Amino acid sequence: MTFEWMKIPFALLTLFIVVNYGLLLTALMQKIAARVGGRYGIPIYQNYIDLLKNYALRSAITHGFMFYLGPVFRLTGGVGLLLFVPTIYGSAMFSNMSFAGDLILALYFIFFGSLGMALGAGESGHPYSAIGVSRGLSQVTMAELPLALAVFAIAVQYQTLSITEIVAAQQGGFLHWTLFTNPLAVIAAMLSFLGSMMRPPFDVVLAPQEIPIGPPTEYHSAYLALMQTNRVIFPIAKIVIFMNLFFGGASNWPVFFVKVFAIYMVSVLVGVVFPRFRVEQSIRWFMVWAVPIGIAAILIV
Amino acid sequence: MEAFVKPGEKNRLKERPERPVKQELQPRVVKTPDGQEITVEPLKDYYCEAPPRVHPPAYAKIVEDLFNWARAESLWILGFGTGCGAIEMRPLMTPRFDAYRYGIQWRPTPRQANLFVISGYLSVKTLKRAIRSYEQMQNPKYVVGLGSCTINGGMYWDSYNTIKRLDRYLPVDLYITGCMPRPEALLAGFLELKKIIKAGKGEGANRYAENFDWYKANQKQVIHDWDMPDYSW
Amino acid sequence: MKDLTDRLGTLFSLGDITEKRDDLAFVSVAPDLLRAVITHLRDVEGFTHLVLLTAVDWIEGGQFQLTYLVHNRTRARDIGLRVFIDREEATMAGIHDLWPTAATYQRELKEMFGIDFPGSPRIDEEFILEGWTDIPPYRRDFDTKKYAEETYFHRPGRETFDPATHMKDKLYPGEAS
Repeated sequence: MTFEWMKIPFALLTLFIVVNYGLLLTALMQKIAARVGGRYGIPIYQNYIDLLKNYALRSAITHGFMFYLGPVFRLTGGVGLLLFVPTIYGSAMFSNMSFAGDLILALYFIFFGSLGMALGAGESGHPYSAIGVSRGLSQVTMAELPLALAVFAIAVQYQTLSITEIVAAQQGGFLHWTLFTNPLAVIAAMLSFLGSMMRPPFDVVLAPQEIPIGPPTEYHSAYLALMQTNRVIFPIAKIVIFMNLFFGGASNWPVFFVKVFAIYMVSVLVGVVFPRFRVEQSIRWFMVWAVPIGIAAILIV
Repeated sequence: MEAFVKPGEKNRLKERPERPVKQELQPRVVKTPDGQEITVEPLKDYYCEAPPRVHPPAYAKIVEDLFNWARAESLWILGFGTGCGAIEMRPLMTPRFDAYRYGIQWRPTPRQANLFVISGYLSVKTLKRAIRSYEQMQNPKYVVGLGSCTINGGMYWDSYNTIKRLDRYLPVDLYITGCMPRPEALLAGFLELKKIIKAGKGEGANRYAENFDWYKANQKQVIHDWDMPDYSW
Repeated sequence: MKDLTDRLGTLFSLGDITEKRDDLAFVSVAPDLLRAVITHLRDVEGFTHLVLLTAVDWIEGGQFQLTYLVHNRTRARDIGLRVFIDREEATMAGIHDLWPTAATYQRELKEMFGIDFPGSPRIDEEFILEGWTDIPPYRRDFDTKKYAEETYFHRPGRETFDPATHMKDKLYPGEAS
């Protein structure tokens, strides 16, 4: 197999589009949540300013080598996840570096950022970081379980580990989507999706209203800006996977934008309605509701 | 900026006896689980001792103007209510005032904040925490004194335990008068602060670094049990 | 309240009795009797709640007055025990074994008035003030204004007016007063 060098600029173009879309989309979601609370919320361009300001801060201090690498790992997790899944189905330009076994790689990358973050935050030595890391890892691990079960279910269903082939099998009308051919797997995965989006009711790890803001307690300036960049890429990249696996993928950018928005809205809708879980509550919730559905999905297939 | 040390000004006055360093901050030898003996010196090991540096505006004017605009439009307030005035900041988050519209957000940690609102009277005990929080913030950073207590002591002008002039201990960019100022006054103050920053005059952090010794001397005059390093980030 | 103070009077030798309301009375007791009286109130009369423990500085008489206010939940009434101790050697037996919360009050009194309660938990630790080296600030011979003036920077321009003369001068400037 020869490597097409043209893929690299196209992948960067994908990244550029996704970053800008993510910045605007995150602000829009915050605005929607603010409107639910009766506020106007931040301006739609606020994320750009925050990012610019954080990159422009003059001083930054470090707590050690891993402290540098934490945000880098985090960003690598987000970017890598995005680059190794086909963003637009059937487009030679925007299918990125996808290959035959990319589903497994994607599952790995979802977790990669959290691990890097945990190491970096541990290096900062702040007790709140340690609290945040232990909360975050236990919750993410628990939320990952139903997703893994759902992914196994559809891997068995489609007899492949390539995301492109899974998308291909779902073409030809929305009744071919996994959503309708294997609803149990989709339900389990969407419950897991709620848990990994860092929105209420599962945002105890990062919520600024909690006394510790969690793993990033010590991060500032450009470190924080890197993490903010990741915070806009990573949800989109994750949603791309969900869109590809369960909702028939997207064959062009407008469909992509609409589908990503709709899937994101699921977590926002749940988030504005339900109050925040503590970690042990959310773990119990996943055990009781999401994991059995995931197991059932595997058994039925 | 007024002159820092005025010849005529009585610059405190009564000498206080030295206090011994607290037990937990004294150097000690600790035995590790595998039998090694290591010396722990809390004041050196747990903090950075380097004094703050002056970070002058480094880039061309147009770039600095852009950065200053971004800094002004993205004010992250440290969520640290030092006095009764903190109660006036909370309504800013609510639908009635909604300060998020102006790019004002609250951050729970000093590392990520760049605006410190000293909300009302500052007792000596709180001043110590305020100084440490301020020093952990990253340059450029701004201080807003809220209420008359920060200006001249307000109703606590003869109290044995509250400072009267905030600008002797921290570089203040802006005062908001009133006792208490209403949230509208706070919003007006923040918009005024934005003008100061956009004009490139919000250099409090550099002022603090330049006159570091003067600020430290003032701080140590009122904080009698100075059990931390001089610069604690 | 009369029934209660009468009953107390038969058991202990009490000082002045002041009935403020139907449900509030103050009784003076000698320092060495306090423990017996307050234990009796707690265990027999049902005053199970220590509302507060505070002090007054009677500098003219050379005395501190300690006030122990206890509350009876079932009968909804309070009784305050007044104890006068010497101001120079301000020492009192603690009641922290009767009510653990009393230890906090005693710590505060030690710091603010300099009244010692030997044996009370953490009595020598700083409570609110950090690094205080002057005389305890709630003693009346402590001049808080003078201390503030010589400790904290003063911003010039602060003036105080007597409202009556100020308004008179402002409204009728020509008239001699």
